[in-house]
Amino acid sequence: MSTTTVQQGPSLASTLEFAREVTQNVEFSEAKRWLANGPGRKAMGCFPIYCPVELIHSTGMLPVGIVGGGNQIEIAHADSRFQSFVCSIVKSTLELGLTDRLKFLSGMIFHSICDPARNLGSVYERNFPGMHIEYIHFPQNFVSASNITYLVSEYRRVLDGLEKVAGRKATAENLNRSIELYNRIRAAVRGLYEVRAESPQLLSASENWLLTRLGSLIAPEDYLPLLEQALAEVKTRTARPKDRIRVVLEGSFCEQPPIGLIECLEEAGCYILDDDFLLGSHWFIGDVPIEDNPLHALAESYSNRSVFSGVKHDLREAKADHLIRNVREKKADAVIFLAPKFCEPALFDYALYRRAFDKHNISNLFLEYEEKTWIYDRARSEVETFVESLLFD
Amino acid sequence: MANNQLIMPEPSKGSGPKQTPVIPPKEAKKSDYQGKMHLLQKEMIGHYYDRLTACAEGKGGKAAYMMISGNPVELIQAFDMIPVYPEVNALQLAVKKTSLPFILQAEEMGYSIDNCAYVKADIGMYFGGRKTAFATIPKPDLILCNYVGCNVYLQWFEHLKEYSGAETYNLDIPFCRTTTGEPTPEDIAYVVKQLEEVIVVCEKMTGIKFDYKKLQRIVALSAETGELWSEIKKLTRRRPAPFDAYFDSVTMMAPLYCLRGTEEGLQFFQEAYKEMKEKADRAEGPLPEEKFRFVIEGPPPWPHLRTFRDMFSRWGAVAVASTYSTVGGLWEFGFRHDPQRPLESIAMHMLRWNLTNRSMLQRYQQIKSYVEDWNADALVIHSVKSCRLFSAGQGDMREYFAKDLGVPTLLIESDLEDPRYFAEAALRNRVDAFFESLEHKRMLAAKH
Repeated sequence: MSTTTVQQGPSLASTLEFAREVTQNVEFSEAKRWLANGPGRKAMGCFPIYCPVELIHSTGMLPVGIVGGGNQIEIAHADSRFQSFVCSIVKSTLELGLTDRLKFLSGMIFHSICDPARNLGSVYERNFPGMHIEYIHFPQNFVSASNITYLVSEYRRVLDGLEKVAGRKATAENLNRSIELYNRIRAAVRGLYEVRAESPQLLSASENWLLTRLGSLIAPEDYLPLLEQALAEVKTRTARPKDRIRVVLEGSFCEQPPIGLIECLEEAGCYILDDDFLLGSHWFIGDVPIEDNPLHALAESYSNRSVFSGVKHDLREAKADHLIRNVREKKADAVIFLAPKFCEPALFDYALYRRAFDKHNISNLFLEYEEKTWIYDRARSEVETFVESLLFD
Repeated sequence: MANNQLIMPEPSKGSGPKQTPVIPPKEAKKSDYQGKMHLLQKEMIGHYYDRLTACAEGKGGKAAYMMISGNPVELIQAFDMIPVYPEVNALQLAVKKTSLPFILQAEEMGYSIDNCAYVKADIGMYFGGRKTAFATIPKPDLILCNYVGCNVYLQWFEHLKEYSGAETYNLDIPFCRTTTGEPTPEDIAYVVKQLEEVIVVCEKMTGIKFDYKKLQRIVALSAETGELWSEIKKLTRRRPAPFDAYFDSVTMMAPLYCLRGTEEGLQFFQEAYKEMKEKADRAEGPLPEEKFRFVIEGPPPWPHLRTFRDMFSRWGAVAVASTYSTVGGLWEFGFRHDPQRPLESIAMHMLRWNLTNRSMLQRYQQIKSYVEDWNADALVIHSVKSCRLFSAGQGDMREYFAKDLGVPTLLIESDLEDPRYFAEAALRNRVDAFFESLEHKRMLAAKH
């Protein structure tokens, strides 16, 4: 599915500029360009958090990350369907549909991440009868080995539906080629995170966000060379560390903060060593194995090789223990818990984490945001005060 | 947002007669009915809570925490464990107007004002010594998280596991998501496999060897109970309905969850059916006059239940069906436990036969069936902030019923647990305006 829309070998600066343009474009021009570049091409939208994009890609379709409308659209219709106490991403994602911005998609995939996201799938099904609406129930019992058998069958069911939309079967070979491609992409994204953990002055969290988000909006074949080159160039950067605190950021795994807010946190005096932005793009801690049964490889990786998240309830290790371990490993000074307004999974997690922070004497700051925010003065002021309290303690 | 707006179908075209002002009832017409069913419920649930208190005081019994939706209480009964439902405890706190201090305590701990208030009241109560006006709640021996639709369940029990250190099992129930609305054979196999694992956990915990025949007997009792509950719910198709399918159904829901699978539970439903059938045969309803029949969607505002009920009673409005009364199971649409296939039927109960594991669109069809088969005049959507499983997207539900189907629909908001989210005057105005409009339309129709 390769087409070249960007010149070969662009500089990091030009890739970042391209990423900024693409990620702020709610008309999804790059995906539409890809669709127009070949006959019969189709695209499927993926709601956060994790979507097994290989299933879509192996049928020849383009997976497109539909992660709300950010601060680029007005919500004029969707708030009559979802109440004031429902998070913004649910409403803005519906608004994208109600304003015909997602007509280029053949369907949408939702997942069992929270109750509003699930109900959004139903609302999509009723309001957009021409779309193929899929809902994936991910397992929540990681203690029972049967969860993998179940998930293999779930992926088979989903793939059957996708094949009908695509009009083409996906063979094991197709699936493995897709897995290999996305393995390389995920490895490069992990590489970006490794750079930040080691030398945060070389790559900002906002740049990392742009480079990651770009990958869900253009063809993966086009994205991979851009990303690998960007990673190589980041490693050659030279910069002296500034007098900033080192933080791990948690809580923004679904609705995304505006890029301006991420920049604001950094400018206020933080090196963000790790975060859970766009978590589905770096969902696995290692490569998905190449096997004769690729669906099993994907399912087994979900169970045994995926990151911790507020929407995965893995009784094998307490979430708070995991976060504390991560903070220690990264040698972070503090945690910033950055939660979307009305996001129940994140807000519940915070109550558990706060208890752990107190127990382990870890400094932390709780901030709420909405994707549609434009002004960050209050957040800046709170972070600056927090930074000062740590730097001059 | 406009979610508190009255939505009515477009009025019919034509000049019509001059409008006559509708005068709202001056006084609430309250039901003072307290039948045998209510007294028996009080007594039996009192015994149930005594059992909980005894367990909490170390006088015996193992406490198994579970959630209401599609609960597999039969399995717990098979090991003589005591089912404890944090949701039922939370709503009892609210009914007794004692929830707010616990909610505030949880918010002090870091829970958000936007988190489900059931969870906050329960966590606050847990750290507040677990003593309530109705029982002392035992700490969990087993946390059995029956994840049946509600994602908050997973977090609620994850937190209780963290606080109590109790053994926890996430019983993962795949959501109804296929095009047919049916679970897949793999879904059923997955759930049965997990139930078998739960049996092993219970055996280790209680030291009791699993007795298949005992489970069959318990499941048979549940089947009989389900049959009676189903027949009771069908009685409200009659005019007048012998009881209110929202406000009176909740009386029957506690025995359905806490006592299902026991002789005592069955006895309650035998009595309840007998009493309700006799009322129906005598054409007696919960109000002196049944003027409006409505379907209601969403959980009740427990801290203000009486006040809320009176808002409808004063208009002679009786709920003839409610979605809330099906969170534990959808018996009235055909489900029965099967003693010949006990584990499979428990699995099907959780997978397919309860409201919370079904999609919004399946819920629309359920409500549509209520409106048509129970002959309702209107739909009232009570949107609660705490429970987004119910509420997220109810604006779309309103669009579907009011605009696509032409069913008069009222959407109002409050909460199921947090007394701070109950704007009584505003709610009363909305309910009054809605029924006034319905009455006016009825008068116009009568003159044509």
